[in-house]
Amino acid sequence: MIRLEKRPSPSRFWQASTPVLAVVLTMIAGGLMFAALGKNPFEAIRTIFWDPLFNPQFASYSRPQLLVKAGPLILIAIGLSLGFRAGIWNIGAEGQYIMGALFGAGVGLAFYPADLWFIFPLMVVAGAFGGWIWAMIPAILRTKFNTNEILVSLLMVYIAQNILSSMSLGLLRNPEGGGFPGSRNLSQYPAASNPELIAGTGLHWGVIAAFMAVIAAYILLQRHILGFHIKLAGQAPRAARYAGVNPTGLILLCMGISGALAGLAGLFEVAGPAGQISIDFNVGYGFTAIIVAFLGRLNPIGILLAGLLMALTYIGGELAQFMLGLPAAAIQAFQGMLLFFLLAVDLLSNYRIRLGSTKEAI
Amino acid sequence: MTRPELLRVEGVTKAYPGVVANSDVSFAISEGEIHALLGENGAGKSTLVKMIYGLVKPDQGRMTLRGAAFSPSEPRAARASGVAMVFQHFSLFEALNVAENVALGMENPPPMKELAARIRSVSEEYGLPLDPARMVGDLSAGERQRVEIVRCLLQDPKLLIMDEPTSVLTPQEVEILFKTLRQLSAEGTAILYISHKLEEIRALCDEATILRRGKVVATCTPRDRSAREMAELMIGATLTPPARAGTTKGAVALEVADLSVASPIPFGTALKNVSFTVAKGEVLGIAGVAGNGQDELLLALSGELRANRDSVRINGQGAGHTGPNERRSAGLVAAPEERLGHAAAPDMSLVENALLSGALRKGLVQRGFIDWQATERFAAGIVSDFDVRTPGTHVAARALSGGNLQKFVVGRELSQTPEIIVINQPTWGVDAAAAASIRQAILDRAAQGAAVVVISQDLDELLEIADNFAALNEGRLTPPRPVAGLTIDEIGLMMGGAHGMEVAHHGH
Repeated sequence: MIRLEKRPSPSRFWQASTPVLAVVLTMIAGGLMFAALGKNPFEAIRTIFWDPLFNPQFASYSRPQLLVKAGPLILIAIGLSLGFRAGIWNIGAEGQYIMGALFGAGVGLAFYPADLWFIFPLMVVAGAFGGWIWAMIPAILRTKFNTNEILVSLLMVYIAQNILSSMSLGLLRNPEGGGFPGSRNLSQYPAASNPELIAGTGLHWGVIAAFMAVIAAYILLQRHILGFHIKLAGQAPRAARYAGVNPTGLILLCMGISGALAGLAGLFEVAGPAGQISIDFNVGYGFTAIIVAFLGRLNPIGILLAGLLMALTYIGGELAQFMLGLPAAAIQAFQGMLLFFLLAVDLLSNYRIRLGSTKEAI
Repeated sequence: MTRPELLRVEGVTKAYPGVVANSDVSFAISEGEIHALLGENGAGKSTLVKMIYGLVKPDQGRMTLRGAAFSPSEPRAARASGVAMVFQHFSLFEALNVAENVALGMENPPPMKELAARIRSVSEEYGLPLDPARMVGDLSAGERQRVEIVRCLLQDPKLLIMDEPTSVLTPQEVEILFKTLRQLSAEGTAILYISHKLEEIRALCDEATILRRGKVVATCTPRDRSAREMAELMIGATLTPPARAGTTKGAVALEVADLSVASPIPFGTALKNVSFTVAKGEVLGIAGVAGNGQDELLLALSGELRANRDSVRINGQGAGHTGPNERRSAGLVAAPEERLGHAAAPDMSLVENALLSGALRKGLVQRGFIDWQATERFAAGIVSDFDVRTPGTHVAARALSGGNLQKFVVGRELSQTPEIIVINQPTWGVDAAAAASIRQAILDRAAQGAAVVVISQDLDELLEIADNFAALNEGRLTPPRPVAGLTIDEIGLMMGGAHGMEVAHHGH
């Protein structure tokens, strides 16, 4: 019989090693699934994890994609992780990402075709503001009327998507686009574009912002009293009140930070890799970032690594679909396994597994 | 008097990971005997009775009930054999009435009307009148205990186990309960009475088994021993009661005037026009049965619950509208009753928990950044000054035993050079030696000029350390009176007397 025994304090060894164990278990279970689909499991896993970075044929294209995809994931996940730590569940980062892109691109396009140095910085501010204001709606409804921020923030995503469609078809549509939906391409408007900074790396301002967010969040959580209060509010709300934490302020702050960072991610994406506002501008970064935040155990360094890993499975997954003809659903199942195993083995950091039954006398 | 033996426990041992709760425990109870199980917190009393009640299985040893082997696998089996238990913490639904609560605990409850009639007759027969139609949420702690007792009596038990029954009662209510228990005993029901209150045991019990660290250290007839002798058997050492220097009262440090706040807790008790003052160097003891507004008073004083500006004044300044940190900077520290989850975060280390309330007064945060080294030193200082038994300061708070965490929490507040100290249940769940050292530390702070408010349900504790005494009853505070010269009857009346339950035993 297997029994679980609670550890007196969480094991540091297992906290550090469960992500590695989860990746290994995912490879085994995923390999079995690929084998069942009639593919060579070793080849499939190599295509997902190795080829995007080191295959001489594809790496030149796919390697920069790693940072392009990881950047927004990390930036959004860092913001979400602060709220999640405090027990504030912003599920609507996708909507905040869209609104950040709309606000930022709107500001940039308003200046078209002027060539002024402050246009891009102003777009950055507008992008952060767009995400922030979209997150403030569920935050204020929560603090004033005690509505559930999970539901409200999620529903705000669908509103944002409809605004995005309306904007691509109406207000922001490219007047020279021959009637096709979608805005002007910002990458062809230097004062408002977010270019690749070093050719062949995929590094753009959004990636730099993501790295800065990782460092700032790390310092906040390790050294700053605000970070301590965030952790305290999530772990023991009554102790947080005893420590003098104002719950309303904390909700506004955490929702605001996560919204602003999601908005920034949207702005950097629309001004850089995406280039324009279009109906299908958002591709789910805001939702995937929730997985990234938990995969990184809500720890900034963990999120950095998890964002890179997640980006790799996306790029590798596309490659596997293309090269090996694996169905897209199999790739999604593979990514799902990663989250499943991560949450499952997480148990080991707080519990010890005991084998055999206990002896009990009459 | 030789009465037939009812229950015999022989060589019972039960170990949990890291601790032996009971080691080779043996004792016997005769029919109709009132038998005390005496010991400090953690001596193994609860584990022992849980085995008799079928909640825990012993690792070794055997029990017999009326000569037949007795090994209940679950409480239902124990109840079927005639064993009933009244727990220290009630398991009642506040939103249901008395009869419904009783019915929920029965295997085959009779129709409601019949049950209500039986509750009425049994409760009156034993001097514990109860109205079956009343909502449990509206009952006092003493009345809730009656519900639990009546629920047991309806099963017509041969053995009634009572776990610390008087901790929720006023002295008058204790008298009523004792009359009931004596009546039950006279009718042949044996009672296993768990307590650490020696005078009660001397007044009530026929025999006593004394446990220390899971072992039986003595058996005695309580009436033939002094309370002091039994205390020394229980503790295994002689105790030095806290010494206090003759305090000189200073200016008023804390003034509470007409404090009324609603309770943030469901079924909590609102505070109604609470007024008192505490001078520098004075200890005010606030007694009361649990649930009469103690938690709310602590929250209102610590700043977690806000009120009118002038309802709480610290050194003359209105502070009723301020939060916990503003009150800390004004010199007031507070230690809530609930250690895990309120006074301390369970999964955080002792260092982080030291920061939790010490950040401000110990200057552990500069311009928003935490000085972890200073915090570590602060935590280590508390651990050594208050003899907190822990492998280190990086251990999670939940890994500490209740008593050790209590020492840490109280020590954390007392180590902040406070001017005003508010503590709810300072020695709850702490062994006698540690309790004495906590009380001594509180008195030392008072001697250094701190104004102290101690809220406690332990009357002996309050009488030992307080200068002035007041009692909370349904959210109202009696005017404080000097402890010197107070009689136990007066104290009982201040706590609400028998809460209108005096009529109980007129027939007996």
